[in-house]
Amino acid sequence: MSNPIIQFESVSKSFGRQKVLDGVDFAILDGRTTVIAGASGQGKSVALKLILGLLKPDSGRVLVMGKDIARMRGRELNELRMNFGVLFQGSALLDSLTVFANVALPLEERTDLGDGEIRSKVLATLEQLGLAGHDDKYPAQLSGGMKKRVGLARALMLHPEIMLFDEPTTGLDPEKAMEIYQLFLETQQKFGYTSVIVSHDIPKIYNLADQVIIMGNGKAKNFASPEDIQRSDDPEIREFVRITMGNIYLSRDLENHYEKSKP
Amino acid sequence: MLAHIERLGERTLYFVRDLGRMGIFLVLAIRGIFRRPFRFGAVVRQTRLIGANSFVVIFFTAAFTGMVLGLQGYYTLRKFGAEGALGSAVALSLLRELGPVLTALMVIGRAGSAMCAEIGIMRNSEQIDALECMAVDPFRYLIAPKFLATIISIPILTLIFSVVGIFGGYVAGVLLLGVNAGSYFSGMELSVVNKDISMGIIKSFVFAVLVVWICTARGYLVHEIRGAGFGAEGVSRATTQAVVLSSISVLVWDYLLTAILL
Repeated sequence: MSNPIIQFESVSKSFGRQKVLDGVDFAILDGRTTVIAGASGQGKSVALKLILGLLKPDSGRVLVMGKDIARMRGRELNELRMNFGVLFQGSALLDSLTVFANVALPLEERTDLGDGEIRSKVLATLEQLGLAGHDDKYPAQLSGGMKKRVGLARALMLHPEIMLFDEPTTGLDPEKAMEIYQLFLETQQKFGYTSVIVSHDIPKIYNLADQVIIMGNGKAKNFASPEDIQRSDDPEIREFVRITMGNIYLSRDLENHYEKSKP
Repeated sequence: MLAHIERLGERTLYFVRDLGRMGIFLVLAIRGIFRRPFRFGAVVRQTRLIGANSFVVIFFTAAFTGMVLGLQGYYTLRKFGAEGALGSAVALSLLRELGPVLTALMVIGRAGSAMCAEIGIMRNSEQIDALECMAVDPFRYLIAPKFLATIISIPILTLIFSVVGIFGGYVAGVLLLGVNAGSYFSGMELSVVNKDISMGIIKSFVFAVLVVWICTARGYLVHEIRGAGFGAEGVSRATTQAVVLSSISVLVWDYLLTAILL
C-alpha cells in the first residue's frame, strides 16, 4: 500500500457566496495515478490550484508531502513546487518565447546548468516528445496537440515527483487525445511520477486510473476502480454514471479479461 | 434602503481590498527588482519597447507642443511688449510641467496600455500561474524588468521632450514670427535654474513609478476586477482602468509635487 503524498483534510473553499468545496477529504497515493472527475464547476480545477498553493483553503488543510502548503511562503514554497510538474488546460506556454525558450525556462531559472548542457537536454526532450525541428517556433504557430506536448516537455524538465494534468485532452480530436495518453504512459513509465489528472474525458480516462475521485456538490468521493463507481448506491454518483458512462462501461482490465475469455 | 447600504458597504470593502492588493503588488515588485538572478537582457528589451520605440511619438508631441507654446506665448507676451521673454516662458513651461506630464501621458497611451494588456492576457491564459508552479517569481521575472525599463525610459524621454519642445518654440517664435533668436535663448539662460530642471526630473521619476505600477498591477490583478472576471472583457476593463487611473494619478501627483517642490 502506497503512502499518501497529497491529503485534503476537511477542505472548504468559497468564491463569494458560492461554496465550491465543503469539507472535502481525500488522499492521493504516492506513485499512483489519480483521476479527479466530476461535472463542470464542481471544484476540480480549484482542488488542483489548492494542491499547487495557488489558492488557499478557507478552512481545513492541504498537505503536500506532509506539509501544509497554505502555510508555506517564499523559498520553502518554491522548493516544494520544484517537485511539481503541471500541464495546464491551455498549456500556458509563454507566448512571447519560442518552444525552445519555453522548455529551457525551468532549467535556466532553477538550475545552475550551462547554456550548452541546457541546449542538449532541451533538444533531447523535444525529440523524445516528437517535437524535433519545432524549437524555433512560437506557441501561436503550433497546433493544440503540439502545444500540449511542449507543455509536457516543460513540465518534465525538472523531473517532478508529482505531475498534475488539468484537462489534458480538452479541445483535442480523439487521435490527438490518444497521442497525449500514450505520451503520458511513456513518460510516467520513464520518470515514475505520481500523477493527478483532472479530466472530463470519461470513461476513457478511467483506463489510466488507479484511483478515481468524483467531485460534486462540494464533496469528493473516492473509488478504487470504474466498476466501484458503477456499483455505488449513492444517487448522485448513480446519476453521474448514467450521464457520463452509461451502464455497461468496463475498465480496460475487464475488457481484456472478456476479450481473452471469448471462444 | 438596506440594499443601498449593503451595496455601499460592498463597494467600500472592494475599494479597500483593491488598495491593499495594489500596495502589496508594489512591495513585491520592488522586492523583485533586487532579487537574483538579474534579468539584464529583459530590461534592455523592455527599455527598447517602452523607451526607444516611444521616441517618434514623443518627438512629434514635443515639437508641436513647443510650437503651440511659441505661438500662444508670442501673442500673449506681445500684448505686454515682452516678446523677449518667449524663450524663458517656453522653457520653464516645458521643463517644469509639460515635459514630465505629457511624456508620462504619451507613455501611458503607447506602452502602459500595452503592458497592462500583455500581463492581463498572461494572467488569463495561466502563464503567470505556470511561472509560479515552476517556482519562478513572476515579480522578478516579469514585472521587475518593466519597472526598471520604465524608470529608466521616462526621465530620458522627458528630457528629450523638453529639448525638442524648446526647439519647437524656436521654430514658431523665431523662424515664423520673427522673435530675435538671441533674446529667445538668452532669456532662457537667465531664467532657467538648476531647480527647474531637477523639478522636472524628480517629477518624471515619480510619474514613471506611478505609470508602471498602475499599468502592470491592473493587468496582474485582472482576475480580481469586480464583475469582469477572466476573459477578453476583463482585460479590456483592466486596460481602461490602467489608462484612466494612471493618467489621473499623474495629474494629481503633478499638482502635489509642484506644491512641494516650488
